[in-house]
Amino acid sequence: MSRTIPARRGRRPVAAPLPQRKNSLSLRLKRISRAWQLYVLLAPAIVYVLVFKYWPMYGVQIAFKNYNPVDGFTDSPWVGLTHFIRFVNSYQFGQVVGNTLWIAVLGLLIAFPIPIILALLVNQLQSERFKKFTQTVLYSPAFISTVVVVGIMFVVLSPRSGLVNNAIQLGGGEPIFFMGSAEWFRPIYVISDVWQNAGFSMIVYLAALAAIDPALHDAAKVDGASKLQRIRHIDLPGIMPVVTILFILAIGNLLNVGFEKALLMQTPLNLSTSEIIQTYVYHAGLQQAQFSYSAAIGLFNSLLNLALLLFFNTVARRANQATLW
Amino acid sequence: MSLTTNPRTTENPNRAVSQGRLPSPKRTLRDRYGDRAFNIAATTVLLLSILAVVYPLYFIVIASISDPNAVYEGKVWLFPSGVTTEGYERIFADSRIWNGLGNTVVYTVLGTAVSVSTILCGAYALSRKDMPGRKILMLLFVITMFFDGGLITKYLVVRDLGMLDTVWAVVLPGAVGVWNLIIARSFFEHTIPNELREAAQMDGATDFKFFFKMVLPLSKPLIMLMIMVHVVAHWNSFFDALIFLNDDSKYPLQLVLRNILIQSDVSSTGTTGGDIESYAAAQRIAELTKYAMIVVSSLPLMIALPFMQKHFTKGAMIGAVK
Repeated sequence: MSRTIPARRGRRPVAAPLPQRKNSLSLRLKRISRAWQLYVLLAPAIVYVLVFKYWPMYGVQIAFKNYNPVDGFTDSPWVGLTHFIRFVNSYQFGQVVGNTLWIAVLGLLIAFPIPIILALLVNQLQSERFKKFTQTVLYSPAFISTVVVVGIMFVVLSPRSGLVNNAIQLGGGEPIFFMGSAEWFRPIYVISDVWQNAGFSMIVYLAALAAIDPALHDAAKVDGASKLQRIRHIDLPGIMPVVTILFILAIGNLLNVGFEKALLMQTPLNLSTSEIIQTYVYHAGLQQAQFSYSAAIGLFNSLLNLALLLFFNTVARRANQATLW
Repeated sequence: MSLTTNPRTTENPNRAVSQGRLPSPKRTLRDRYGDRAFNIAATTVLLLSILAVVYPLYFIVIASISDPNAVYEGKVWLFPSGVTTEGYERIFADSRIWNGLGNTVVYTVLGTAVSVSTILCGAYALSRKDMPGRKILMLLFVITMFFDGGLITKYLVVRDLGMLDTVWAVVLPGAVGVWNLIIARSFFEHTIPNELREAAQMDGATDFKFFFKMVLPLSKPLIMLMIMVHVVAHWNSFFDALIFLNDDSKYPLQLVLRNILIQSDVSSTGTTGGDIESYAAAQRIAELTKYAMIVVSSLPLMIALPFMQKHFTKGAMIGAVK
């Protein structure tokens, strides 16, 4: 807001300083009142964000309190860092944080680059029709709900009658109880993530690729560049800003994504790898009603996430790449 | 969208021209073989990816109409065997499914209406550069992308509002996605010229009048996109219902599906009493029902997909432009 004052001063150099400031204030009020209909249009969204985003944010203080419903967010007694200390000292701490980082990092290393590779390949297809067909097919699983995708896992990987185990037995192997084993949780989680989302993420990269000046490709062709060389020297640099921004956004959501799927995939037998911070919050908070304790864990998760985001954004800025801000 | 389709359409004639001419002298035979090898490799990779996406879905469709014993013994691979519609009959006789479907339709319609209208109005206001305080108000939304209060406090707020076990608990808490708000705002910024507004204001149109009479009719692609995004999201969501609804007569379809598909709640899908053999048979029928259920619940969106695709691709591009 302060930036608008000198601008207005510049426009009216004639007026004396004192009345002018008064003038600018009343001018501003006038502008605000003239825009009242815009504020009315914005009001529902503002009310929403205050009630469902900022009120819970205000409520985060219960992480440092012993919440009880009678006293509410504001009046529950303070207990300092008790809940955080309890979480850090609990036997689940290492396991839960480790599991979270594991699937987050695996997701980033495997699920992030695959859509880029797919987009580069699809972009090179000569036939427009095959291109379109590939796009449509690859991105259709994004419209299947998480519940159904996990449901598909349970039936297809079922040890009794599942497709995969039938194939294993056909090859002479022993059936594997995929959904009931801790060591299979991570591979299944990441593979199903790629299966469901790679095609949809690919669309953004394809849009970025379509925006690359075709003259670059033609010039490179005249110079005898092969397709691989053109991908490396034209396509990849061309989509790099989009890749960087999506990468930073992915980091920003690193510890949040996939919570619903992890929760759905949990069975009592795979908990040692499938219990992540957020499912732990859900179990401790909503199923056992330890509101303050689980709010503290949730806050721990959010802060860790924010720290990662800030860190990578700074790295990107140092590297002179596109940044979020 | 003309932005993104243009290069592609202009690329083709260019390519045709450069291929129609003599290959440039620097282009050796080895390079062309290299390109051909690349084409083959790329096509193979993509065909395999398509197969990996399609086959599990195809298998579920054929398994849903096959004799459960044949599926159990691993005899179903490419074609259904011993065709039966029992799985589907059981679904259609299951009142939980119908009830869940009814709830989902209500939540989807109401939720989409609330979200889309809030987002469109809010995003338009935020797109107006002449609205004082625009930046600060935008910041109010953007902050929530990077930090939020978390699950527990959200639950407590919804509880304090007395919304538990009501429609509002699944409609309101996730109503306005900041990402959608940004997409809508940048759509308005790019498609509604300032001159148009100035002309309308000259003719005495208020902001309301301009928004409802001019902006909205000009924003049909955006409105379609927003409707679809929210219909898909509501159709597929289960988590808000899981935490905010206790009364199972209010469960949406996805939550019913979760209880049946994943928690293997077979109570009403087969007879559970009796000897081991009839238990095993009931188990197989239950599996058959699961396949059918996956098909039935995914079918509506899959059928709508070709119609929606155009809009979603546009949405990805509006997002990318931002």
